[in-house]
Amino acid sequence: MKIVAMLRRVWPTALFLLLLIPALAWAGSIAGQRFGAADEIVLTYGAAPEQATATNPQSYSVHEEADPDIRLAVSAASLGSDGRSVTLKFAAPLNTLKPHVVTVTGQGESIRVAKSYLGYLFGILVSALLINNFVFTKYLGLCVFFGTSKRKDTAKGMGFTFLIVMVVSAIMSWFFYQFILKPFQLNFLQIVVFIGLVSLTVQAVDTVLRKVNPVLFNSFGVYLVLVIANCVILAVPLILANNEYNFLETVMLAVGAGGGFMLALYLMASVRERLELANVPRSFKGVPIAFIVAGQFALAFLGFSGLSIF
Amino acid sequence: MATDKSSMQLITNGILNENPIFRLVLSMCPAVGISTTVMNGFMLGIAVLFVQVFSSLTIAIFKNVIHPRIRIPTYTLTIATWVTVIDMVLAAYLPEAYAKMGIFIKLIVAFAIITMRLEMFASKETVSASFFDGIGMGLGFMAGMMAIGFVRELLGLGSLLGYDLLGFKPMLFFVLPLAGFFCVGLMMGFFNYIETRYKSAKRAQA
Repeated sequence: MKIVAMLRRVWPTALFLLLLIPALAWAGSIAGQRFGAADEIVLTYGAAPEQATATNPQSYSVHEEADPDIRLAVSAASLGSDGRSVTLKFAAPLNTLKPHVVTVTGQGESIRVAKSYLGYLFGILVSALLINNFVFTKYLGLCVFFGTSKRKDTAKGMGFTFLIVMVVSAIMSWFFYQFILKPFQLNFLQIVVFIGLVSLTVQAVDTVLRKVNPVLFNSFGVYLVLVIANCVILAVPLILANNEYNFLETVMLAVGAGGGFMLALYLMASVRERLELANVPRSFKGVPIAFIVAGQFALAFLGFSGLSIF
Repeated sequence: MATDKSSMQLITNGILNENPIFRLVLSMCPAVGISTTVMNGFMLGIAVLFVQVFSSLTIAIFKNVIHPRIRIPTYTLTIATWVTVIDMVLAAYLPEAYAKMGIFIKLIVAFAIITMRLEMFASKETVSASFFDGIGMGLGFMAGMMAIGFVRELLGLGSLLGYDLLGFKPMLFFVLPLAGFFCVGLMMGFFNYIETRYKSAKRAQA
């Protein structure tokens, strides 16, 4: 009886020790990895590594998971103050949206460094919305942008119509691209198919809106025609085909792009309502001053370029 | 309804009176996005000229067969076809320039100027008039792009067509992509100013 009681008291400790064995076996290897600043990868060793090898840039080889042939040059490796974390510095900033593979040559061990997938999706959204705003940093959709940003309520209506059409047409384009264009090698038809899908979506939204919500249709209907001749809408399918996005990523890109366009229109309309009252030189009245305001917005949006949340 | 304008008038009309960029304020995306050098403007101008002329011709030839209710989709598909052609030609023969212009070549399909010209001109006029109108509009676009490129390249890099002229860079700011907004705005204001001065001078003469 006594032995059983003793075992009872001891077994958690034993279990703990058992769990520790693999950890001990991993000692010297890497326990944690993450992206640091834009040009850094931080590796955390399970135990303090040997300093000479750990700080030698030659002992690491890094590549993006998709391109194993392109080695990214590690310019420096430095040991952190805790003696366990090594910061690899790279000559050029990394594309932290893509998973990277770090191989420690001495140990022949590869680790995958990637951001969490949800964070990545959110990154696409924020990137399309702010960092790579389609109007202010990609310079797309400017005709409609300058044409319909005179009044705030017009801007809201137009932006919302764009958002809907963009999401629907992006989803349809994704299906067409993945299941028809790609399997049958019809990539050269991209432009024709995508512009056709956009017109189709506009026509469909037009018909559905007319039946379902005539009030909304009366306020939005006029803009629908404008939507077809707009590069913003067509740019989304082209970008998603170029980057081989999956379904979720496509939705995120479309929502971000549409939301970004809406945001830009609304910001611009707020300024232009005030510009009406301002004393602008006569030759600059109307479109020229709107361009200069847009330039200032673009300067402001440049400030988002370093933004990274995850 | 045949136009009584001569071919030369149609061409100059596109370049001056109805310049797509500065007068009609259409197709602003490339005017801001990739007009950093004269060469870029020239290359995209060539592509637009090609698409404009051939789409105008196609529509002018088939205008009597196209049902009015489906004319806009027809225009879009016609333009898309010609854009696909120029897209593949440039990708095959001028890959460097193609890479610089990126997505904008494909987006010619959505340039409002081309659709507008088909709707306003090519669907009503004769084949030869549409041809010259297409040339005029294409050249007007090219001239506008090159003018913006001229200002930006000269002020930003101190060079023209890649040749170093000034030996220093007066305002590097103008080469930044976003300076396109400022540049187009200032140039438009400048042209408006010249126009008002010209008109008042004419009125003073009369």
